[in-house]
Amino acid sequence: MDTLLRVVKYASVRILTLAISVVVGLYLTILIANMGGYIDVIRTAQIREDVNARISGNPSNRGLTIEARTKLVNDQINSQIHRLGMDQPFLLRSFNALGDAITLNLGRAFNMASNSGANQVRLIILERLPPTLILFGAADIILFFLALFFALILSRHYGSFLDKMSVMLTPLSSAPGWFYGIFLILLFAAVLKILPFGGMVDSPPPPATLVYLSSLLKHMVLPVIAYTLSLLFFEVFSWRTFFLIYSSEDYVDMAKAKGLPDNEIRSKYILRPTLPTIITSFALVVINSWLGAPIFETVFNWPGLGRALYQAVGFFDTPVIIGETVIFSYMLAITVFILDFIYALVDPRVKLGGDGNR
Amino acid sequence: MNIKVLKEIFRYPSVIVGVMIILCLFGISIYAVVTIPYNKAISLWRGSEEDWYRNPKNAAPIWYNWFRSDKLPETIVINSENNPEVTRTVTNTEEGRIITITMPINFNYDSFPNDISLYFISKYDQNPPFVGMTWIAPDGTETHFGGFSISQKFTYRLSQDQKLTRTLSNMVASKGLFVDLKNKNVSTAVKGIYQLKIEVVTFDKMADSSIELVVYGQLAGWAGTDHLRRDLGIALLWGTPIALLFGLLAAVGTSISQLIIAGISTWFGGWVDIILQRITEVNLVLPFLPILIMIGTFYSRSIFVILTAVILLSIFGQGIKTFRAVFMQIKESPYIEAARAYGASNFRIIFQYMVPRLIPMLIPQLIVLIPSYVFLEASLAILGLGDPTLPTWGKMIQDAQSQGALYQGWYYWVLEPSALLMVTGLAFSVVGYTLDRVFNPRLRSQ
Repeated sequence: MDTLLRVVKYASVRILTLAISVVVGLYLTILIANMGGYIDVIRTAQIREDVNARISGNPSNRGLTIEARTKLVNDQINSQIHRLGMDQPFLLRSFNALGDAITLNLGRAFNMASNSGANQVRLIILERLPPTLILFGAADIILFFLALFFALILSRHYGSFLDKMSVMLTPLSSAPGWFYGIFLILLFAAVLKILPFGGMVDSPPPPATLVYLSSLLKHMVLPVIAYTLSLLFFEVFSWRTFFLIYSSEDYVDMAKAKGLPDNEIRSKYILRPTLPTIITSFALVVINSWLGAPIFETVFNWPGLGRALYQAVGFFDTPVIIGETVIFSYMLAITVFILDFIYALVDPRVKLGGDGNR
Repeated sequence: MNIKVLKEIFRYPSVIVGVMIILCLFGISIYAVVTIPYNKAISLWRGSEEDWYRNPKNAAPIWYNWFRSDKLPETIVINSENNPEVTRTVTNTEEGRIITITMPINFNYDSFPNDISLYFISKYDQNPPFVGMTWIAPDGTETHFGGFSISQKFTYRLSQDQKLTRTLSNMVASKGLFVDLKNKNVSTAVKGIYQLKIEVVTFDKMADSSIELVVYGQLAGWAGTDHLRRDLGIALLWGTPIALLFGLLAAVGTSISQLIIAGISTWFGGWVDIILQRITEVNLVLPFLPILIMIGTFYSRSIFVILTAVILLSIFGQGIKTFRAVFMQIKESPYIEAARAYGASNFRIIFQYMVPRLIPMLIPQLIVLIPSYVFLEASLAILGLGDPTLPTWGKMIQDAQSQGALYQGWYYWVLEPSALLMVTGLAFSVVGYTLDRVFNPRLRSQ
């Protein structure tokens, strides 16, 4: 019970600090987004356009003189500006905007729409979220276990040919996933024609669940390989180093001297204490992968959040761009939190009542 | 750096290769900047018709032929003026004169050209000249076409002439004029000397016409061309200094500011440390790329604005944690205590005693960081947020992607900039990792 309490306490402290970080981060995002009142210019233009369209579309306004009509337009624009709170000083408005962002009340898109035709930014983003989660979730899990597996093997065969190879291959990780993606697409889609160029499922999407799943898997092969390829070598190298550091600890020698079986030494005396360090390093990888999503998904034509951001840039769709930035902030914070939580579960210091600080 | 360290570094063959590649890249940068001045590079990359009309669209690089048994044609340009191979006869008539120009075309390739165009520049008083043409194949077969009047500046694209296509049994001119119709062989071009006879009939004595024939090849330049007929070599050359400059400045800017912040944070401790640590945590949840995209879309795509934003967003990056851990140890070492004892100021201690101690750690990190910023610049370009004026590697890849280069089989368009990116990335990170092993032997002993 005591352990559970400590983990809960640790987790709640982390949630609180992360929540504060997210709020500060979102506020900064809003400040950047509205630097020079740019957003206001766009919004006012939008209002003007809407009002003009509404007034000229209304037959009862036909008989008005030009002056009366201009007055009507200006009045309506002003009342709209007032209604939306745009005549308040920016400081006040920025807090309104912050509240909207925190509650994901993200407004309406200018040009983009969700598949069902809705133009609410929230709906567009929610629709794009699952593909991103599926792709990066799968890729991250595969990467984690592959890297762990290879790092363990290499640390046991330190100095072997394989080990030296992996050290030499580490620089390959300097190229990001999308870069390998281009090569893989060239090789497997353009030249060999065995895998699709991009997208998430065949078009039109197959109705049967099994066929749909197999089509999804086929489309996921290249992105997952590209992602793993770009990160695996570096992760294996650094995790191998962690394992080496922890396996040269005195207590490992002690365990060996006691004659404990190799398996037990590996799992309890080496893997266990190294895991927190590995998770911290993996957290950074996952965070970077979210941030790389726009370009990665664009290269693979994957209909996720990242590609939506790319499309929003193309359409100059301000609300979507800001909404995407907000949702990415949230995803980063949630990632940090989940990995922190796992960290708390595996780190003996948190369990045994250390101060829980890294 | 003393000789011993240098010797130690160059014990690794990979470093020698890496350093040579980096030197090559710097050499290319200097060559690019010297041979193609900035303004010229930019105006060339804007791709005006004047600069590039002699280039074929989407042509592969000329070295493709080195690896092929059936040779692809290169571009042939023949100008009627000041050219000893071109014969030009003028006969006077009652109303004006007839200028007959015969151009020999030495065609020694197995495949067909991309297109054939004639560019006429004429001067005349009132009535525009009238043009008729005859194409004479090596076996003497003649094809007649033309029969139109030309304005002062006139372009005639043979492949777009429907009448000519019908004459050539429904093959476009660039193919139909080169096949052996008698033997029904339409898959390869006939080699030999072709002749194009152009008759310009003018209606005043002073009228004249100069003609340029361009037989567009399937290959052009050492790097190929893109959909706007631009020579890709320009982007490859000029992309080098831009990529290096961006990578270097961003890496230097971020690592040095992170080092200094970590130093200040550790030295002062207390609330300064707490605040700086909290800022680092906020920075962790700031979405870096989306914010850059926002800045690129809303404000400016200038490479310097983006560079500044990159540095500002990375100042409080994760590097601070690493530096801070080492500073923590240094802070407790005796020489710092000695400095404090003789009354050295805070800033003297930070900048003179603490920061220099971390330089061996900083340099490899900095070098390893360079590729990630080079790739970042390319990523932004692929998202359409590259500097609109500059020719860069990322821009090339973006153009290629948007034109579907991989579907169309124009692999060179993607592979050339990718290869350069890869080489740059590998060279810097190999050197960086090795320097790290030499400077920080603690890791090497593991």
